[in-house]
Amino acid sequence: MRVTLAVQRYNPETDSDPYEQRFEVEVEPTDRVLDALMEIYRNQDGSLSFRKSCAHGVCGSDAMRINGSERLACKTLIQDVVDDVNTVIALAPLKHMPVQRDLMVDQATFFAKFRSAKPFLIAESEPEEREFIQSQEERKLFDDATKCINCSACYSACPVLDDNPDFIGPAAIVAAARFVFDSRDKGLDPRLEVLDTPNGVWPCENHFECTRVCPRDIKITKLINLTKREIKKHREARGEQTAEAQ
Amino acid sequence: MGNNTEVNKGVYVLIHEFDAVIVGAGGAGLYAALEASKTAKTAVLSKLYPTRSHTGAAQGGIGAALGNVDEDTPEWHAFDTIKGGDYLVDQQAAKILAEEAVQAVYDLENRGLPFSRTPSGRIDQRRFGGHTRNFGEAPVHRSCYAADRTGNMILQTLYQQCIKNNVHFFDEFQVLELLLDGARVVGVVVFELASGEVHVFKAKAVMFATGGFGRMFRITSNAYANTGDGPAVAMRAGIPLEDMEFFQFHPTGIKDMGILITEGVRGEGGILLNNAGERFMERYAPTLLDLAPRDMVSRAIMTEIQEGRGIRGDRKIDDYVMLDASRLGREVVESKIPDIADFCKTYLAVDPAQKPMPVQPTAHYAMGGIPTDIDGRVATADTVYEGLYAAGECACVSVHGANRLGTNSLVDLVVFGRRAGRHIAEYVTGAAMPSVAPDAGDAMRERIAKLKTESGDHPGPIYGRMQSTMMENVGVYRDEARMTRGLQDVKDLREAFKAVRVQDKESRFNTEVLAILELENLLDLSLITAASALNRTESRGAHSRVDHAERRDEEWLKHTLAQIENDDVTISYKSVDTSIWEPKPRTY
Repeated sequence: MRVTLAVQRYNPETDSDPYEQRFEVEVEPTDRVLDALMEIYRNQDGSLSFRKSCAHGVCGSDAMRINGSERLACKTLIQDVVDDVNTVIALAPLKHMPVQRDLMVDQATFFAKFRSAKPFLIAESEPEEREFIQSQEERKLFDDATKCINCSACYSACPVLDDNPDFIGPAAIVAAARFVFDSRDKGLDPRLEVLDTPNGVWPCENHFECTRVCPRDIKITKLINLTKREIKKHREARGEQTAEAQ
Repeated sequence: MGNNTEVNKGVYVLIHEFDAVIVGAGGAGLYAALEASKTAKTAVLSKLYPTRSHTGAAQGGIGAALGNVDEDTPEWHAFDTIKGGDYLVDQQAAKILAEEAVQAVYDLENRGLPFSRTPSGRIDQRRFGGHTRNFGEAPVHRSCYAADRTGNMILQTLYQQCIKNNVHFFDEFQVLELLLDGARVVGVVVFELASGEVHVFKAKAVMFATGGFGRMFRITSNAYANTGDGPAVAMRAGIPLEDMEFFQFHPTGIKDMGILITEGVRGEGGILLNNAGERFMERYAPTLLDLAPRDMVSRAIMTEIQEGRGIRGDRKIDDYVMLDASRLGREVVESKIPDIADFCKTYLAVDPAQKPMPVQPTAHYAMGGIPTDIDGRVATADTVYEGLYAAGECACVSVHGANRLGTNSLVDLVVFGRRAGRHIAEYVTGAAMPSVAPDAGDAMRERIAKLKTESGDHPGPIYGRMQSTMMENVGVYRDEARMTRGLQDVKDLREAFKAVRVQDKESRFNTEVLAILELENLLDLSLITAASALNRTESRGAHSRVDHAERRDEEWLKHTLAQIENDDVTISYKSVDTSIWEPKPRTY
């Protein structure tokens, strides 16, 4: 079938404003949106700029807004976004990050926030034997959070970031939750410096946009709420107040 | 970290100096960086953002004889590796692989890797192809796993540790040229995507950990980024590549797309079926059945297809068979292979707990690559390169020989990434900082300028024709006529490539320059692969010739070393270490 890709193009060096360019391309309904982009890139316009790598939804390179919604181009089939009437697919870069060119955005701040959440195991001691013992139930508690691939779809979709660009954002909280709920980790205290602050977990208002767009189906909003609860519990046990209450 | 450019007194610097430069941020590169940075000022260059590397796509597990589920020993693991590699494996290296795998897995767990657990809370293990107890008696539970995203968890865990240890990353920097002074490394020339500038990194030690190059084939499980930059750049600096004729086709890629369906599906009890609903592996590997090594299962599938028992039954090479996981039950599918279930629903609209998955062999893994010793040092038959290292898929130790066993890619990258990193940490303390020629990088600057200033062809048609001819002519089954045709096609394409130019004339974020240089890398590696395959007149492991169906140890128990000279491939050889087990016929 023939579809039209309406791509938002922008080179901050040479263009005063973003503009739309349309490309016609012949595809199968079961092709990925990424396949259509690659066809254009290799055979029509090599200056079309976007990131990609694994092409099956595990590396997180090709998140973009497809018909207005954050998705991975490699995990979205043509038939998912067109029908008999509408064969135009609108592609735009993610929000809340500066555009570098076309569909490429600068993720430096996103990654800096991710790193600030101390996303690494903070254990108190070495395991008694060769490995830490962890029950299947304990392992299950943080399984969902291990699925994150840092594609930043949630960061783009989060309405809180529209007004508060300093909010740490959903993905960084997921990265923290990955360890907060891991029985081997004892690092909640050092993470509170980031999580329990006015721009830490508290600005989340439960819009559920992160959960809706997550291409890995992580229940992000739920993880944020569980993390808030854990922080409250931890502060209350010490007779302290959270940054939310202050 | 995260800041891509070094600012020196406010000046944007194009010449950098590090004790160690590691090219590639997958499992091997990150593990090496963690070790090397203990003593060495270390930079990690990656053409991708962190955690985008293809280690993250590995699914089923990492083999190590922990014995948490079944009795197991590193000796059995080493033997399986050697037999699986059809005796082209260097045996002392395989022994190191199997022995050090155990500690490497515990180290990863201790650093936070979220392995799936046994009921008693230990690291769980599953069965995998070619891994057996007691030298081939029956499948053994050896693969340590984190659901079906083990590679992703390794990548994430190692990246987390790099954050913790403040390793210095240069994101979206792509290697263009290796700088040698005789047999000593002096640095690398690198392209920065953000600025379009060519940088020179001067270093006492350089390590390539650039991954595979499955993108030379049309149906592949590999990422777009897997274009063999390290091996191609090393080869152009005069280093021959080892055993390039051995390329693994994984038996179960999603039909037409090549997306990997882990062998873990069969490890958990999934089976392959032909168009008569017959479990055909019973005829090919009566003991291990669907858990035979990958080369054998891929050949079995292609034989079924050629004899009209593929699902369509039209005997064409793109026919397929079925992989049935519905017999595992929904709970096992959702807990042990959740990502596979997700892929199948997304790309095939198939729920694997209910229906079988259409699969066909997919180009997956390069057994060959940059020749190294057991410390990751680049070494040919007669030369050890000083300060130059390689590890992971881009390297050839060789622990995989003619066919890699499932899970051993992850074992290889953690064991040899770590060993190389440790060797680098020691080496740089006694080495002097080399000097580079004042014109270093200029040749690449001219090259890129020429790509931009003239107009010419799109790269697309050449890319497509390379992938098709390699798939059809240098695939699972090979013969002289087809390989000769494939070799000539690649030669013609290398000629046609000279007319390719970029359309994008900008400096910043010009991905097209890189895509074209990546295509050049793939074309060179395709040429070497096809020529090495045509040269080896026997069948061994993944190199299976219809016209030379037998393995011939008396003539061919040796490693190939190949390089391009004047647009042709020249070949020499290196001996195989068979010091532990006598080569025997390979049956399962």
